[in-house]
Amino acid sequence: MNALDVLKANYLDRIAGAADEASLEEIRLAALGKKGEISLKMRELGQMSPEERQTTGAALNLLKTEIDAALRAKKEGLADAALDARLKSEWLDVTLPGRPRRMGTIHPVSQVMDEVTAIFADMGFAVAEGPQVESDWYNFDALNIAPEHPARQEHDTFFMARDPADPRPPHVLRTHTSPVQIRAMQERGAPIRVIAPGRVYRMDMDQTHAPMFHQVEGMAIGRDISMANLKWVLEEFCKAFFEVPNVELRFRASHFPFTEPSAEVDIRCSWEGGQLKIGEGNSWLEILGSGMMQPKVLAAGGIDPSEWQGFAFGMGIDRIAMLKYGIPDLRAFFESDLRWLKHYGFAPLDLPTVFGGLSK
Amino acid sequence: MKFTLSWLKDHLDTDASVDEIADALTDLGLEVEDIVNPAAKLAPFTLAKVLHAEKHPDADKLRVCNVLTDEGEKTIVCGAPNAREGITVVLCKPGDYVPGIDTTLGVGKIRGVESHGMMASERELELSDEHNGIIELPSGEVGQKFIDWLAENRPEAVDPMIHIKITPNRPDALGVRGVARDLAARGLGVLKPLEVEPVPGGFDCPIGVQIDAGLKEKGCPLFAGRLIRGVTNGPSPAWLQARLMAIGLRPISALVDITNFFTYDLNRPLHVFDAAKVKGDLRIVPAKGDEELLALDGKTYALRAGQMVIVDDQGPESLAGIMGGEHSGCTEETVDVFLESAYWDPITIAATGRALKINSDARYRFERGVDPEFTLPGLELATQMVLDLCGGEASNVVMDGAVPDTTRAYTLDPARVISLVGMDIPEATQRATLAALGFVLNGNQVTPPSWRPDVLGEADLVEEVARIASLTKLVGRPMARETSGVPGPVLTAMQVRERMARRTAASLGYNECVTYSFIDAQSAALFGGGSEATRIENPISSEMTHMRPDLLPGLLQAAARNQARGFADMALFEVGPAFHGGEPGDQHLQLAGLLVGASAPRDPWGSRRPVDLYDAKADAEAVLAAIGAPAKTQINRKLAGWWHPGRAGVMALGPKALCAFGEVHPKVLREMGVKGPAVAYTIWLENVPFPKTKTPTRPALAISDLHAVERDFAFVVDAGTEALVAVNAAMGADKALIEAVTVFDQFTGPKAEEQMGAGKKSLALAVRLQPSGKSLTDAEIEAVSAKIVEKVTKATGGSLRS
Repeated sequence: MNALDVLKANYLDRIAGAADEASLEEIRLAALGKKGEISLKMRELGQMSPEERQTTGAALNLLKTEIDAALRAKKEGLADAALDARLKSEWLDVTLPGRPRRMGTIHPVSQVMDEVTAIFADMGFAVAEGPQVESDWYNFDALNIAPEHPARQEHDTFFMARDPADPRPPHVLRTHTSPVQIRAMQERGAPIRVIAPGRVYRMDMDQTHAPMFHQVEGMAIGRDISMANLKWVLEEFCKAFFEVPNVELRFRASHFPFTEPSAEVDIRCSWEGGQLKIGEGNSWLEILGSGMMQPKVLAAGGIDPSEWQGFAFGMGIDRIAMLKYGIPDLRAFFESDLRWLKHYGFAPLDLPTVFGGLSK
Repeated sequence: MKFTLSWLKDHLDTDASVDEIADALTDLGLEVEDIVNPAAKLAPFTLAKVLHAEKHPDADKLRVCNVLTDEGEKTIVCGAPNAREGITVVLCKPGDYVPGIDTTLGVGKIRGVESHGMMASERELELSDEHNGIIELPSGEVGQKFIDWLAENRPEAVDPMIHIKITPNRPDALGVRGVARDLAARGLGVLKPLEVEPVPGGFDCPIGVQIDAGLKEKGCPLFAGRLIRGVTNGPSPAWLQARLMAIGLRPISALVDITNFFTYDLNRPLHVFDAAKVKGDLRIVPAKGDEELLALDGKTYALRAGQMVIVDDQGPESLAGIMGGEHSGCTEETVDVFLESAYWDPITIAATGRALKINSDARYRFERGVDPEFTLPGLELATQMVLDLCGGEASNVVMDGAVPDTTRAYTLDPARVISLVGMDIPEATQRATLAALGFVLNGNQVTPPSWRPDVLGEADLVEEVARIASLTKLVGRPMARETSGVPGPVLTAMQVRERMARRTAASLGYNECVTYSFIDAQSAALFGGGSEATRIENPISSEMTHMRPDLLPGLLQAAARNQARGFADMALFEVGPAFHGGEPGDQHLQLAGLLVGASAPRDPWGSRRPVDLYDAKADAEAVLAAIGAPAKTQINRKLAGWWHPGRAGVMALGPKALCAFGEVHPKVLREMGVKGPAVAYTIWLENVPFPKTKTPTRPALAISDLHAVERDFAFVVDAGTEALVAVNAAMGADKALIEAVTVFDQFTGPKAEEQMGAGKKSLALAVRLQPSGKSLTDAEIEAVSAKIVEKVTKATGGSLRS
């Protein structure tokens, strides 16, 4: 064993035995520092013969590299050990709750309105709106509901107070979204395809009625739009809305002053086990009223009934929401019970789309 | 509208089953609500014969009978006094459900004797109230089904009752004949002819009739009647009573039952006066306004001036076309009867009926429109029936007025029918349908029958053809979009904004509510509403009398309800209209948010603290940002009365308020029953300006490679100084260089005043300088810092904190 080997063994021993970074630094200085043992030996090279210098120089360089590597390895080991020791002391109870964050919800009425809008938008229907306090002309007369006709009485209308000095008939809280038909025709003319979702009001309150509820009106006017088109549109809507591959609709003759012919529309369903299934079974569920627009209504909207024809329909948004999502009581929609809002509400970013599906 | 199958068959020759008829009715627009088939509950029972009957060994009143049934001889213990050898009885076997006693039979042991069933009384089978003994049938074979026996011998007992819903346009279907006509047009049978034989009068009617000249034109175009003297007004015959009972009417006397029968059979309401109680002629006049009339429903009605009444020399005798008077009503003692058949104007009847709040079968029909041309034929038919059932002698007919002319014609355009309905209905079928419904066709001109006042245009012809053809057969036909290719967006900018606002609020943790648009007067007044213009004339409850002026009262009421259920903390919001007036369009779109209680549940991190104005402000700003409101708005304190005067503000752009936010006034909270703290905001969604031009292109991103420099400043200012004043002043020091100024601390309260003097506070601002082109030198930073200090101290009257 030559002197360099002894030197090497000595330093490697000391490095291995170093207990902390400080003693490691001491060793580094003793070996490789400016006045360290190896550095001093390097300096002696200058006094050697060229041959000696070559062999000793190479050996010294190798020694220096080895010591340096050993020092670095030891240093890393010490750091790891120190980190391990620290991590062992850093324990937190991961079962404790995260910092609280409120979760908001979207009301089923809003969600279903968005669903309905998404479907009809895809079929080319725009969204029209109108005032909720309406003149009796828009709410009734323009829709072919004459003042004394029993149909007008059946609407259970809320009337606004009227100053006795004002000769006009009292305004009403719109009893249906149908007046928006008239306003949309007046504003947009024909051809036209719109839906009009919104609040409507009837003087009725019991298990299944609330004095305020929501409807969506639909209207399409063109040169040759027929009741068969209406049926197709409603079939497509029901398939998309109830998210079933097939639906069967039944049109039943009925009467609405603003459509002619008029039809109540039933959908085939099953109530087996108390659960509603659309598109199968042997029951029929009435879901909406519809028909071909009465020529007088077209005329009231400023559209020439000899040139244009179209259909209209109206259905209850709250009602289809109840059917689709199994919500039992209409009045609870407007109670704002937190438990109800959280249970039946929808996630804020759960925006219904045709491409992503309506319900998650 | 109710009728029975056999009643229908009086008018319709048909072999169709009840189910076929019901399906057709619903499809035709006469929706079946209910079918009551008495045969259903009687189906299990069979006929049996008592072979032998003897006293029960252990009971005086019971008999042990040996009964021959379709299953052989059985022993039955019976308590009926008429249970005896040789009678044919109705047998209920063990396992059968007996409707009248609501029991399913078993094999019983009565005082030691086993009994295998029972022999039923009429009451036990709900056939009548008869319960003096068991049914004894005069005919029938052992084993025969009881319902078959009934169908043969007592058909009314197994006559199915059909209840249909009549839409307001179909007065003709308020008579059984009208229903039959629809079914015949559909092909479910043949409408039987209705023969009207005039009954010749034997004498002149002693009671004259006159219609007030002013009413002839409108209220009562035609009034007719005649006296029938010498009648016997006893109970009506069993078949008539059975029919009336089947549809839920109580038989009263032959004369009254006849009028009810005509009401339902032919939609021809009639009235019968006891002629002995009528003094002088019957006159149809407008009421003066001081009369009263005790009507047949036992109520006294005060008449308003102008309401149409029938009077005699003593005063009002009948509410014309609505309800007769008690005084001249027919009784069992009536001998001479005046039979009235009139045509009343629907609008006049509707108005009077509504004003007096009387619902009667007559009003219901007249206001929808009965057949004016059937007024006199109806009188003739009814006269004959009175003579048939009550005897007597009829006078000549007296009448005033005339049948109003309702003749009108519309063009049938068969191609248009096909185009509108979307069904290929051949022209011949269209014409045949209309003819079957009583329309008269003359080329393409179609005259509706007098019983169809609802048919008022070509569209009505289309409807008749379509409903008879059956809309059930309609096959959907695709309707292409008006434009091909990718559909464009359909929502307006405002509709998009509303949705964005809603989902942003929900994503901030608020639960969306939908509250009523009307609230109580007191709450409305608290929020600047409650005006007469926004009052509802006929509210459904005192809680819903006024249109809401703001969304907050509804949310506060919701909060109070939830607190009452034990939920103290909540975040609620609503998007919807608020009403600032009573005219159409006096509504505006709001989003209101409400935070009540604590910011968070109790947790180990101390997250829970009372909600405060800055929570509300942050959320309001987040919603505003989402809908594209400018980041910088003015903040003023032009506050409505329901806000805390010192802890609320209004974000505005010039005169336009975008949002009010802050603490709700404690007095308002108290009045609305909400336990605070409660902070809220109202955003007027329509007040936020839309960008002038809409382009998806963003402005170029300007980023400097040079480091920004941040400098902090602390100022001592008056405690009432608003931070925004200092921030804006600092921003103004060098608009090019200063990128942002933020308040990062404030020091207020007694400790602050101890250090800085009474009425003072400290505000700490961080100013971020963003150089462009070249780095800032220390001298430049010093210069801008000095400028900031100068601007802020000048604007606030404060000083740099040393």
